Amino acid sequence: MNESSNGKGFSVSLFVNNKPGVLVRIAQTFARRGYNIDSLVVSNAHDARFSRITVVFQGDHENVDQILRQLNKLIDVVHAIQHGSETSVDREMALFKVEVQPEKRGEVFQVIDVFRAKTVDITDESIIIETTGSSSKIDALERMLSSVGLLEMVRSGKLMMARGLEPT
Amino acid sequence: MNGSQIIVEALRRHGVDYLFGYPGGACMPIFDALVDAPEIKIVLVRHEQGGTHMADGYARATGKPGVVLVTSGPGATNTVTGLLTAQMDSVPMVVLTGQTITPNLGKDAFQEADVFGVTMPVVKHSYLVREVNDLPRVMNEAFHLATSGRPGPVLVDLPKDVVSAECEADFTDEFHLPGYAPPARGLTEDLEKAAELISSSKKPLLYVGAGAVIAQASKQVIGLAEKLQAPVTTTLLGKGAFPETHTLSVGMLGMHGTAYANKTVVDCDLIMAIGARWDDRITGKVSEFCRDATKIHIDVDPAEFGKIIDPDVSIAGDAKLVLEDLIPLVSKLDSQPWLKQIEKWKKKYPLKFPKRGGLRAQQVLKEMDRLTDSKAIISTDVGQHQMWTAQFCKTNEERKWLSSGGAGTMGYGLPSAIGAQLGCPDELVVAVVGDGGFQMTMPELATAAIHKLPIKILIINNRYLGMVRQWQELFFDNRESGVDMMGNPDFVKIGEAYGIKGFRLRRTGDITKVLKRALDYNDGPCIIEAEVVKGDNVFPMIPAGAAVADMIIEEPPSGKKLEKPVGST
Repeated sequence: MNESSNGKGFSVSLFVNNKPGVLVRIAQTFARRGYNIDSLVVSNAHDARFSRITVVFQGDHENVDQILRQLNKLIDVVHAIQHGSETSVDREMALFKVEVQPEKRGEVFQVIDVFRAKTVDITDESIIIETTGSSSKIDALERMLSSVGLLEMVRSGKLMMARGLEPT
Repeated sequence: MNGSQIIVEALRRHGVDYLFGYPGGACMPIFDALVDAPEIKIVLVRHEQGGTHMADGYARATGKPGVVLVTSGPGATNTVTGLLTAQMDSVPMVVLTGQTITPNLGKDAFQEADVFGVTMPVVKHSYLVREVNDLPRVMNEAFHLATSGRPGPVLVDLPKDVVSAECEADFTDEFHLPGYAPPARGLTEDLEKAAELISSSKKPLLYVGAGAVIAQASKQVIGLAEKLQAPVTTTLLGKGAFPETHTLSVGMLGMHGTAYANKTVVDCDLIMAIGARWDDRITGKVSEFCRDATKIHIDVDPAEFGKIIDPDVSIAGDAKLVLEDLIPLVSKLDSQPWLKQIEKWKKKYPLKFPKRGGLRAQQVLKEMDRLTDSKAIISTDVGQHQMWTAQFCKTNEERKWLSSGGAGTMGYGLPSAIGAQLGCPDELVVAVVGDGGFQMTMPELATAAIHKLPIKILIINNRYLGMVRQWQELFFDNRESGVDMMGNPDFVKIGEAYGIKGFRLRRTGDITKVLKRALDYNDGPCIIEAEVVKGDNVFPMIPAGAAVADMIIEEPPSGKKLEKPVGST
């Protein structure tokens, strides 16, 4: 399950050297302690010598500080910061493929409309819907579409940026 | 210069005098470049694991990084145990591994192993160098990372085509380590908070670990202890950070520490960790460890704070610099009743062992300590003999105690003594090993013999894997399983085959005579095979996972069954 749906997830953003092997070291830091990663987003930073990583994971509250310390200890990690929803903006993107016959489309379009999602592909049997928003909004859309023939879902994982002048 | 010459130049610039190596196809260009650098002496080891432990022993004894050069594939994977050993105990090492040419990477080429991947969890940092012009910077970074902050092993994987290519870069490139800034001095507010907590303590305890040895903080630890009038206990690896013959010393604490050290731990009202990490050998059951005592934690690695114990105040910094700043902030404590209590414990619960019934390892080690005036560099293997050596051989100075603490690596003793003797040619080096561990790296006798190193190799031979046998006796109804070292060779004859002098020790009455003869023999290494009683156990003992207060001080009546430990090992 997604972090925001049960409230136990933690979000960490990392600023790291952009070179081979860095992601493995970070993944090992989680795996060694038995933490499962729910979502992981990696991309170049504005300065291409660095990458930005957002990790969402489940874990015990008291061990999160320890994970942060272990991540910060990695030579290739410039910083690892935990962000909450008050101090950061977060977004996720998702694509949903729904199996729907032309005569039933109206029902699906209503859902799309309420969620301000977009239709990006349409065939006689299916629709692909695109949406962007908080993880909880995407969870809610998933629940709605499940009852009208949801075939597949692909989510980007959570993107995060610290508010104000705080570094992400 | 080509890549190999750059590597050799980097070694020269970092003052490397010994390189522990084993050649093979992928690292031949580097060995070739070494021909032109006679000031870097190649120590040809007999197995790469031995090579890494030699570099480790060299580093622990000298404080300088140990350097290893091996080939790709199995040559490189054989270093894994040595890397783990160094990583667990924060030992500075640079391990250079040959690698197949870059076009072959990931294609299962001959002697290819993903060494960068295999070793990732057991290094401080690592590099796979794909571009020759990165070499000068990478080599500089490797030495910097290995030796600074909390030291550790750094691995550099070197594809053969990269080290053969011409390099245009020189050594002027800056580090690219934006995520690395180890702390040096402690923050003033943390120091002041610590000083305030200390000032109200009546039963303080300084708990000193390897971090103090690495930082060479011995003078400051002594200064603090004497100023406060606080007792000092050291961990296995902290031996030497505070003289064990000092009146304020209570010796080693933990699983096989002295009873009086552990009683001090149980009763103290303040415990200050100086470069120690609350290891499970120390704390036993964490939830009961010093439950009511104030805890202060000084460590150069902030990731240690809260890992096991949540301290009341933590000070991130180098042990020496932190203590330098802390000492002026504290004053003498009202600790006389506490020190008197500790004196009583020392008298009531001294380290002891049975004197009859055959040759006792403890007696041999105690006599070795006396004859060497506690001044030798001592390396150990892992097991019963290691604990007895820690108990009966006092360490009074930094860098004189070499033992695999965190990893508990059998086979460490002999090669680490070789590294230490090469690094410290004027010191007396004694390797205390068990018959089990010794056989894991025994081929390094050749390395010791070739270099005519006057190491005293004291084999405590009880023809058992004694520590495991002890556990089987105490916790598994004495059901022996896989511990009888039947088939041990005659170790004196093994020595002879390598041209190494041997001494046999069988009777208690001969201990002084035999040890003296061995200590007087300096024409190369010698073996002293001490054939000790088979069934001795190490006490005191805190069963793994039990509370420190549940320490077993001496041998329980025979037949008394103890509860199986709940701790890991």
